[in-house]
Amino acid sequence: MKILVCISKVPDTTAKIAFTDNQTKFDTNGVQFIINPYDEWYALVRALELKEANGGNVTILNVGTAENDPTIRKALAIGADDAVRINMDPTDALATATQISTYAKENGFDLVFTGKETIDYNGSQLGGMIAAQMDLPYVSYASKLDMNGNTATIERDIQGGKEIVEVDAPFVLSAAKGMAEARIPNMRGIMAARTKPLNVVEPVACENSTEVVSYELPAAKGDCKYVDAENAGVLLDLLRNEAKII
Amino acid sequence: MGILVYVSTSNNQINKSALEAISYAAQCGDSVTAVQFGEAADQAEAGKFGADKILKVSNAKLNDFQPNLIAEALMKAAEAEGADTIVLSHDLSGKAVAPILSAKMHAGLVTGAVALPTAEGTIKKGVFSGKAYANVKINTAKKIITVTPNSIDKKEFNKTAAVADFAVEVGDSRLKVVEQKIESADLPLTEAIKVVSAGRGLKGPENWGIIEDLAKELGAATACSRPVSDMDWRPHHEHVGQTGVAIRPNLYIAIGISGAIQHLAGVNQSKVIVVINNDPEAPFFKSADYGIVGDAFEVVPKLIEKAKSMDFTS
Repeated sequence: MKILVCISKVPDTTAKIAFTDNQTKFDTNGVQFIINPYDEWYALVRALELKEANGGNVTILNVGTAENDPTIRKALAIGADDAVRINMDPTDALATATQISTYAKENGFDLVFTGKETIDYNGSQLGGMIAAQMDLPYVSYASKLDMNGNTATIERDIQGGKEIVEVDAPFVLSAAKGMAEARIPNMRGIMAARTKPLNVVEPVACENSTEVVSYELPAAKGDCKYVDAENAGVLLDLLRNEAKII
Repeated sequence: MGILVYVSTSNNQINKSALEAISYAAQCGDSVTAVQFGEAADQAEAGKFGADKILKVSNAKLNDFQPNLIAEALMKAAEAEGADTIVLSHDLSGKAVAPILSAKMHAGLVTGAVALPTAEGTIKKGVFSGKAYANVKINTAKKIITVTPNSIDKKEFNKTAAVADFAVEVGDSRLKVVEQKIESADLPLTEAIKVVSAGRGLKGPENWGIIEDLAKELGAATACSRPVSDMDWRPHHEHVGQTGVAIRPNLYIAIGISGAIQHLAGVNQSKVIVVINNDPEAPFFKSADYGIVGDAFEVVPKLIEKAKSMDFTS
């Protein structure tokens, strides 16, 4: 089974978020970058487990510039077989999806995985767009996946609960918590990753459907108002009469 | 040109998040057609919050949650109505359907809007897991917007919406729904107005009784921090934070949660934050509106007792 896992490079979860150039660019100064956790912990690791159980091949795909290569090598260190980087700065989800679906159609994959969203743009867009562009079924927010031959049984999050669905490959899935447990690359994996193929392909022509005009930070909080623990009940009076929230 | 709104229903009612999407669309100042999937005894609510027209979709293929077929039906409705913009809630249904619509219609998509479009046409949305906002412009003629639950005023328009059946043909889905596990009839956490959340400070799952009692008295949903969900003290769907669900209730009460940056990311857009912690140095106090430094096992029972003496019916 050929599995394509789409990964994104995002700031570490502890990164301080700031902007430069008149609030139009993310300030990368001092920021550590990681593989988007949903792409790594859930999509990639589950893909590797399927490969280990049934054989096959796991390809990493990233849309980005050369500075993403160390992040892609980390995904190879965790255990993916090879990687592709589409050489484009991904600023628009639809344009990014167009690159991915074009590559995936040309190269024929049985399964295409993404994380449920990235922790930087929080778009939750790519999986559905790729599925639509490839005319494939889309299973969003999958928290469990079992393959039996060509047929997948998937548990997905829906409004108010979960649902079990069945679908035959090929399909596109976005991975949520529960799919797999995070793996830490070992030294052998890190060494092997250095020589695994990382192919760079040029993007197809495509216009951006959206653009970020500016960023802003939330308004700073005022001081915390303390309530004495002995008279904790006063809190509820404040929430009702002052904050007018209950 | 008109705006179309995806209206999802559950338990024979229009979802609250869908009513917010209707009100958002109406506040954009165009005529609003609500496309209703499933039965709704409270159809009049759609008009109350701004729908001019309701198209009730009837097609047995759409009884299950089939995002690709729902997208197909919405596209056909948009065409029939001449609508160039589709608004959905940024809930689990909207998140699945919106990107399909975007790709099929070549329409720019902004997910997780927290404000109406400005005069310049930019839409504000949360990014970096609640740590910042981006103002995004859609460059295409057709536009798709998903609206973050509980982020905009649900303004009333008190219209009477005309109802019409929409007999739409859709293709077949390769996705088969085998089983549904609806966890509770309660509101999903992302739509809760009040949330009581607890962390490792509670010391063990057996101590959650006071959290549930306080939540019940306040009419709040319960949530938890990541370590608590990782240790299986509480179910995964209660985990709020950067890698769990992001929420923005009117009131968030955090009990025994220190306030790691990853947790804050998922909750710091709450309107009022209350922190209860026995450590006065807990970083969460810096993001709190109200704080109590004290032992949860002494403070929470006092709050429950006080809540019992208050009237929460209004």
